[in-house]
Amino acid sequence: MRAVYILWLRQLKRFSRSRSRMIGSLGQPLLFLLALGFGFGPTFARAGGGNYVAFIAPGIISMGILFTAVFSGIGIIWDRQFGFLKETLVAPVSRIGIVLGRALGGATVAMLQGVVVFVVCVFAGFRVEWTIVLPFALVFMFLIALLFTAIGTSIGSVMQDMQGFPLVMNFLVLPLFFFSNALFPVQGLPKALQVVVHLNPLTYGIDGLRGALTLSHGFVFGLGRDFLVLGVLTAILLAIGSYLFSKIEL
Amino acid sequence: MNEITEMIDVRDLVKNFGDFCAVDHISFTVPRGKIFGFLGPNGAGKTTTIKMLTTVLHPTSGAIRVDGHDPVREQRQVRRAFGIVFQDPSLDDELTALENMNLHGVLYGVGSHERKAGIEELLRLVELWDRRNDFVKRYSGGMKRRLEIARALLHKPKILFLDEPTIGLDPQTRNHIWSYIQQMSSRQNVTVFFTTHYMEEADRVADDVAVIDHGKIVAQGSPAALKENTQAKTLEDAFIALTGHTIREEEGSVKDRMRRMARVWGRR
Repeated sequence: MRAVYILWLRQLKRFSRSRSRMIGSLGQPLLFLLALGFGFGPTFARAGGGNYVAFIAPGIISMGILFTAVFSGIGIIWDRQFGFLKETLVAPVSRIGIVLGRALGGATVAMLQGVVVFVVCVFAGFRVEWTIVLPFALVFMFLIALLFTAIGTSIGSVMQDMQGFPLVMNFLVLPLFFFSNALFPVQGLPKALQVVVHLNPLTYGIDGLRGALTLSHGFVFGLGRDFLVLGVLTAILLAIGSYLFSKIEL
Repeated sequence: MNEITEMIDVRDLVKNFGDFCAVDHISFTVPRGKIFGFLGPNGAGKTTTIKMLTTVLHPTSGAIRVDGHDPVREQRQVRRAFGIVFQDPSLDDELTALENMNLHGVLYGVGSHERKAGIEELLRLVELWDRRNDFVKRYSGGMKRRLEIARALLHKPKILFLDEPTIGLDPQTRNHIWSYIQQMSSRQNVTVFFTTHYMEEADRVADDVAVIDHGKIVAQGSPAALKENTQAKTLEDAFIALTGHTIREEEGSVKDRMRRMARVWGRR
């Protein structure tokens, strides 16, 4: 328990000190929001989809969370390279405690990053439709964050160095983002794309977040299903991450 | 239960990596409260042995007792009993010295009052108290090493493992580090197990030494006895007499050797 707490705190401290990183990682979501949101906005409205900025804002928030979460999970590699991992691995605490502390810390950081993107979206003209459900939005943001931190942790436990990072970026993170409902609705997609999007866990996270933030577009699958899919997958991936982490040798 | 007199008891310890035997049937004991030097060239099996003693690597065969506990089956007890300074730094660069100490204390379950007092005492001892709020990335190599030694002692371990504690430091800093280690080990009554390939340091600080070469222990005893047996003036000369080569002749770690082997045999 104490290990979970102190390693969680460590992640938060590191995050709060790296403002340049925080601002840097805002660039990409901001670009997507402004260029796509306002660029495709008129077309989307003409096609009867409604306000496009309102539609993609939850997707863009999830994007910020996804990137930060995977990256902070993979951060295990840095800890290994800079040696700090050894300090935790010889301590009289369980490996599960170490993984949980790291993952919860990384997830909290990713969620905070999501909140920052949310604030930026509000400045760009995004309006929350029903403020009472905002806590639900935080729950979904945290679940998305934890799920992808767990995935990052699994990858970071088996990858030896950062050379494989572009691979992860181009063949996992970007496809997860693009083949989701972040930028387009799931209804009326070509069959193949429909299948892929439905298999993507991020889709359910975005659907839940979108439902909580904008009643008009979200909860396509229903709140219960979104929550269940995300919760179960998060638990499974945390278990996989813990297992792979416990196999790390010094 | 009667007090076990040996802090470390190793019998017939073997570690194989594939066909390569890194540690080959070694046995030795380290009495409580002594400073014990484990000497040998790079790749002799020193770090592999430390890893087995400190629970992070499982032996192929043989028996180990650290403070009376088995590092394989009683991991938690062994981990509580030792503090370690690794060959490479293991601090979090983006935290301050104080935060690094505090994190260690919490990880090891040191109570908050005790932690606070212990951190101040140790940081004053290694003369880093004034710099406690600096980020570790601003520290020099010698300061980092001092901080790691202080950190390793925070949970009041019974035994301190030091893997090449003075490697890469200038001679003056090396003397400094040893005086801290000696001070602290006598103050907290800690057994010290260190590896080095600086023979003159081992000669000066160790009560007992074991010389390991190619995974085998070729001699053990007090530095004085070793010199007498080989009729050598210095421990360095004794080492040459015992192994037939100087300690720094062979470069490259076990891993490097294995990599070379893999290149020759593995990928055809």
